[in-house]
Amino acid sequence: MKRRNFLKGAGALMAGGVLPISLIEVAFGKSSHENFTFAYISDSHIQQIKGNKFVRNFDRGLIQAVAECNMMDPKPDFVIYGGDLAQLGSKPEIDHGLDIMSACKHKIHYVMGEHDYYLDLGEYWESQLGPQWYSFDHKGVHFVVLNSIIVDEKWTNKWSSGEERMGVMAGLDNPLGSPFMVGAAQRAWLKKDLSKVSKDTPLVVLSHSPLQKIYKGWNFWTDDAEQIQAILKPFKKVNVFYGHVHQIQYNQIGNISFHSVMATAWPWPYPSTYSQASSHLPKLTVEMNRADPFFERDATGWQFIDVWSGNTSMHLQLPENNTRTLAYNKKRKRPEDTQYQSNRIPPQKHY
Amino acid sequence: MKKVTLSLGILAVGLLHVVHAAPPLGLPPVPIPQNNPLTPAKVALGDKLFHDTRFSATGKVSCATCHDKAKAFTDSPLKVSEGINKLTGTRNAPTVINAAYMHSMFWDGREPDLEGQSAGPFINPVEMGLADHQPIINIVRRDAQYKKLFKKAFNKNAKEIQMVHVKQAIASFERTIISGNSPFDQYQYGNNQRAMSDAAVRGFKVFKEQGRCVSCHTISQTHALFSDSRFHNLGVGFVRINNDVRELSNAFVRAKNSATEVDKEVLTNKNTSELGRFAVSTQWRDMGSFKTPTLRNVAKTAPYMHDGSLESLLDVVKFYNNGGRVTEDDPTFDFQSGGIRPLNLSDEQMDDLVVFMEALTSPEYK
Repeated sequence: MKRRNFLKGAGALMAGGVLPISLIEVAFGKSSHENFTFAYISDSHIQQIKGNKFVRNFDRGLIQAVAECNMMDPKPDFVIYGGDLAQLGSKPEIDHGLDIMSACKHKIHYVMGEHDYYLDLGEYWESQLGPQWYSFDHKGVHFVVLNSIIVDEKWTNKWSSGEERMGVMAGLDNPLGSPFMVGAAQRAWLKKDLSKVSKDTPLVVLSHSPLQKIYKGWNFWTDDAEQIQAILKPFKKVNVFYGHVHQIQYNQIGNISFHSVMATAWPWPYPSTYSQASSHLPKLTVEMNRADPFFERDATGWQFIDVWSGNTSMHLQLPENNTRTLAYNKKRKRPEDTQYQSNRIPPQKHY
Repeated sequence: MKKVTLSLGILAVGLLHVVHAAPPLGLPPVPIPQNNPLTPAKVALGDKLFHDTRFSATGKVSCATCHDKAKAFTDSPLKVSEGINKLTGTRNAPTVINAAYMHSMFWDGREPDLEGQSAGPFINPVEMGLADHQPIINIVRRDAQYKKLFKKAFNKNAKEIQMVHVKQAIASFERTIISGNSPFDQYQYGNNQRAMSDAAVRGFKVFKEQGRCVSCHTISQTHALFSDSRFHNLGVGFVRINNDVRELSNAFVRAKNSATEVDKEVLTNKNTSELGRFAVSTQWRDMGSFKTPTLRNVAKTAPYMHDGSLESLLDVVKFYNNGGRVTEDDPTFDFQSGGIRPLNLSDEQMDDLVVFMEALTSPEYK
């Protein structure tokens, strides 16, 4: 597929709709790799109220994402689920979430989120979905899935029950929490996994938490981010996609492009607007406005991710909001929000 | 000193636009577009245009045919509107009363304002059936009365009259069809605790709380429009297209890209009609969604919903109580709004809600 044709295709897709999922077009190199797309759904936080009653709005967000995923034309090669399928990691929540996901007509690769994990340390999730970290190759691209939300053993084992541990981890700004990390075991695995991959093979790394340090208080954070970045450094084209933050973020660190994927459940405010402590929200990030926090789909949305050049460009369609393009600037070697920067609705600064 | 003079000047210009001294109880000032100030001459002209049947292919249908003052500016009890030669469309006629407050027009919001809306039905094949707007221009340029009225309203001679003037006049007339001052308004904003019956007061509580009605049929501290001017998929009529929604929406987008007229398509094709707001925005999140209508005078405008499929207010309340389903056995569709859910209302609560809605009727439509 020629670039021009691809862009045309992208236009048609963008006209297709706004949805709380992401469709990612991967098209590296000239002819060595085949062009393809994959979709991305994340952070649905399916929450049980009691028995077979679940929080309706979170159900509806995921149901709609799956329905829209099934409507995509061209069909995506596969779907990534970016973590936090459940809210409190229970069997009924994971079962109900997977039941909704079962309507998806495509192959799905799952990423572990902390809300899926801390009740039973991922045991039930793993019994249904397989290993917590793995890699696969697809049409010339090497995909790596990491469990980036584990913490040290001391913290993990200090609670009287899994429920208590999960409850603490489920709060956004609970000071009793502990910083996420990928950990030594996975880092060793990652090194080994990548040793078989040539340095010019494009990499797509999928994690739940950002593999960069943004704000520790909310665990918008991965404690061993620098070590992971060092492992990824020798590769020419590296793209990291993460969920967890429920907002638009983007960054460039050396050869690595970072992009967040929005949630189907609800948006978070930006740490810098809410917490009074300093945060390291990437300087590149232009905060999305939050004109209407009372609108159920506000700040969820649809993003078309173009990884054609090996660098990510992100086209965002936000319900009842301005569309945005985070285009990769080849000269400055980083993504930039070219139009939104100067023509934006101010983000909400008070809560 | 200079500054003060300037702001006074702006204020004076602003006042010129206001014809109503004060809006009726329970309503905010009517928004008037800068480019179409409201004047008595335009309103009188718009009134005449609104009632003129000559602007239809058969000479028998006017705006007032489907927006009849005696029926609270609808065509109640028709389910969907009847145009020329008894041809039917796909949607229930929304009232003109207080339409001036809406942020967009038609059930799917395909026109941004009353000016834009007013020109659509003339040339829709199942409404007034003209091929284009030229016959209207021809009539008003020749008619002696119209010539006088257009001169007075726009200071235009016959030859200079354009469709834009017709639209502005009709919109101006519609901006005077404003009604508040219902028992609810007396109760809520008029400090009259006895204006509503006990049942209506109980119903108002259900409306604000367990019934969740107020989430979309909004009210505020100083006024109540009973609409958020947004679009929601409730589950009404969607069964018609649920199984084919992928093919149908893709086909529609292709057709729209090759210049199919949305206005014509959605009113003549029952399936396309159910795409709702999607037909306008082509955004999947709008699939099957329709604009929140006002509830003022709703007791006078049966039947209900965009397709007129629910006969009574009690039917509507039951539909919401079932989580957007006529019966509990009906399916819930993927694109239904997250705000629609089973409400667990008792029969008495549902009856009270209906009594509350009956208290939203303005005195002039009693």
